[in-house]
Amino acid sequence: MNESYSVEMRQIVKQFGTVVANDFVDFRAKPGQIHALLGENGAGKSTMMCMLSGVYRPTSGEIFIHGEPAKIRSPKDAMQLGVGMVFQNFRLVQTLTAAENIVLGEKSSFWRGAKWMSNKQQEIEAIAEHFGLSFPVNRPIWQLSVGEQQRVEIVKTLYRGANLIILDEPTSVLTPGEAEQLFATLQHMKAEGKTVILTTHKLKEVMAASDHISVMRKGKLIHSMGKTDTNERELAKLMVGKELGESRPFLPRPQGRRLLEVQQVDVYADHGRKSLDHISLHVNEGEIVGVAGVAGNGQKELAEVLTGLRSWKKGTIYFNGKALKNGSVRAAIESGIAHVPENRMKSGLAGSLGIVDNLLFKSYRTKERSRFGFLRIGANRSWSQSLVEQFDVKTPGLETPVQQLSGGNQQKLLFAREVHQEPLLMVAVHPTQGLDVGATEGVHRLMAEMRDEGKSVLLISEDLDEVIQLSDRIVVIYNGQIAAEVTREEADREKIGMYMAGLQDAEEEAG
Amino acid sequence: MSDHKPVLNKGGTLSAEASHEPGKWNWRSYRIELDSSKKGSAWWIPIVSVLLALVVCGIFIAANGMNPFPVYKKMFTGAFGTSYGLTETLVKTIPLLLCGLGVAIAYRISVWNIGAEGQFAAGAMAATAVTIYFPNMPGILVIPAMIVFSIAAGGIWGLLTAIPRTYFQVNELVTSLMLNYVALLAMDYFVFGPWKDPKGMNFPGTPMFTDAQSLPVLGDTRLHLGLLFGLIAIVLYGFFIKYTRWGYELRLIGANSEAAKNAGIRISRHILLVMLISGGLAGLAGMAEVSGVTHRLMYGISPGYGYTAIIVAWLAKLHPIGLVVSSFLFGGLIVGGYSVQTIGLPSSISEMLQGAILFFLIAGGTVSKFRLRRIR
Repeated sequence: MNESYSVEMRQIVKQFGTVVANDFVDFRAKPGQIHALLGENGAGKSTMMCMLSGVYRPTSGEIFIHGEPAKIRSPKDAMQLGVGMVFQNFRLVQTLTAAENIVLGEKSSFWRGAKWMSNKQQEIEAIAEHFGLSFPVNRPIWQLSVGEQQRVEIVKTLYRGANLIILDEPTSVLTPGEAEQLFATLQHMKAEGKTVILTTHKLKEVMAASDHISVMRKGKLIHSMGKTDTNERELAKLMVGKELGESRPFLPRPQGRRLLEVQQVDVYADHGRKSLDHISLHVNEGEIVGVAGVAGNGQKELAEVLTGLRSWKKGTIYFNGKALKNGSVRAAIESGIAHVPENRMKSGLAGSLGIVDNLLFKSYRTKERSRFGFLRIGANRSWSQSLVEQFDVKTPGLETPVQQLSGGNQQKLLFAREVHQEPLLMVAVHPTQGLDVGATEGVHRLMAEMRDEGKSVLLISEDLDEVIQLSDRIVVIYNGQIAAEVTREEADREKIGMYMAGLQDAEEEAG
Repeated sequence: MSDHKPVLNKGGTLSAEASHEPGKWNWRSYRIELDSSKKGSAWWIPIVSVLLALVVCGIFIAANGMNPFPVYKKMFTGAFGTSYGLTETLVKTIPLLLCGLGVAIAYRISVWNIGAEGQFAAGAMAATAVTIYFPNMPGILVIPAMIVFSIAAGGIWGLLTAIPRTYFQVNELVTSLMLNYVALLAMDYFVFGPWKDPKGMNFPGTPMFTDAQSLPVLGDTRLHLGLLFGLIAIVLYGFFIKYTRWGYELRLIGANSEAAKNAGIRISRHILLVMLISGGLAGLAGMAEVSGVTHRLMYGISPGYGYTAIIVAWLAKLHPIGLVVSSFLFGGLIVGGYSVQTIGLPSSISEMLQGAILFFLIAGGTVSKFRLRRIR
């Protein structure tokens, strides 16, 4: 055992049910080091860090803190060992002041004395000043900016005596200026001999802020090296992996006419942030267009705009030769746009209702399914039965609440509904998320069949393998814009990975 | 795939550390955890809730020096044992059934209307207004006019909650509750003021209704035509929910409003319509009460039907047949409460039982979402 490591995690395995989030991972970091844990979403970075901070317990494996074997069973245990974590979504009480949040949960006697709070405030201010983390200690949290709230979280860990500070995707909520300031603070902490671990998928930040880099991919730690021993190109390669998608089973097809044309569209997200910025893209008949990108670059909003769930501000969208009505779900359904939403149980299916009711979602207004406002109960049952058989949905009965079905059968049911609508375009968002291998294959086959029938699919997925394997054409979305477009023949993991990470000069470097 | 975001209460809000002594029973080796596959709506919850409420209230009765068994027996025979008791129970069932159905429709789409009491009062006032301002209306038109006005008044009272909820995201719990006081105080104003019977010796009530203004009753009992209104409304509700497009949309919104949006359903319109219906039914209950039972609008006309209706709807799990059963049960509870007064107990025993039932219903809904799991 090497004494000089402040944290050492050995052979860590973490399983959630049958899903393996971490697969025999070894991770170590030294004091006075800013250690970046790099990886795509779902690579297992956050899970690793949650085990270090006591939120999860590893299925197997050992953790050593300063060379001592540690049993971290709760965030409290972690705190006692000097491990503090700043989560991506902050854990602050909105109505309490910054100082109150920081001392929250501190044990003390019943009567703390009149001066107690003001002494604490001074103490907190001193820590904040020392590390260059200024924020108003006396204001309630809801009045602080996101950047200030993050500083409160960091000071909270420092106040509690953390010398190993984990920041989970710290810059995802910050403006570039605030990020700069954060990196300066990290340098301060480093100078104090603290260990700083930050998880991120942004290559530029890694190169700007860290000393040492560990790359994770699909639950495994791929490589660990000093910053000086590597470069952005190599990191992008490591992050997305090299293995090519499996052999592509279908033949190139003649391109049909243009089905969807998105022109210069601006979309704002819920908090007024611009999430799609003058985006333009098109989909032809009979092709699968893959949208690759790291989460949070506007994919969600793109899907919502096309399916009528969100309205757009500027620009126009043409679908099947006509202008698409802005922000109308029904117009989207009626013009032939199907939707496989990101989270099927959250917005795709009604878990407590039965098979029939869930199949009726999109078609209950048609005259085959209802007449004069009355549902055609008998006809709908036999229609549901035929769909269940056709799509091989395994269910005990037509009235079984769909929440009792397996994830794969739920997704089959959802596809049965959407495909039966005979849509011209299917917007599929993470369609294989959480499915096992067999079910994933089934979903892929359904999409390929649609394409072979001359229908189109817009496949939005974070799984680059899936995108490369299925798509005829791939567009890479970054920061609300299309960063690149490649055909299936040109598709190259490495290059796509670099566009996903926002390295715009990738083309020139590669060429 | 998204990263696994830490959820602080994931797996065991009430967790205890695992014991490391295998084979030995130890409470610490069990933990109570949230089972996300359970929805907290098991069929046995209403039945167990009623039984537990009887047990708990029995302890209170025993603490008052009475044996709870004869008391419950007295309540039961008082409410269901005689033909007089039975018809009285049915008389109380009518407003509970209509108000309970009203709130149940709103609860179906997760609109928490607790304003049935006010909507009831609004309907009672509107029906009475017809008798005050159109005393010479032809007999055949009076009852239909009272029905239409009471439904409209209750519906508008419901819309006063629905409109702010839909357009300004105002919490409907607060507005519907506050509007109850507005309606009840307005009713007090009318019965103590402009509508007071000049020949009533200062009694806070309107003049008695004429026969044309009263609902027909069954024989010489007090059971009136309102029961039919309630049963027709229940049948229509059951039918619409199951067999119509509109009912399907309500079921979808109730089961998963996010998914309903994906199916192209405009939820805000449904909230307005449902609150109109919800209030209208409570308003009709108000009309049935003044026209069928009291034959005048008077002070304190409702012993809290609108509030009891909330419990009725929950106990029925919003199911149409359940609504008939639970409103009958609660009607009996009110009548039974009156009958125990003869053995020296206050009639508020029935209110205590009502409260206890609601408590156990809500607790049951939460508790059944958890499971006990052994930690290895």
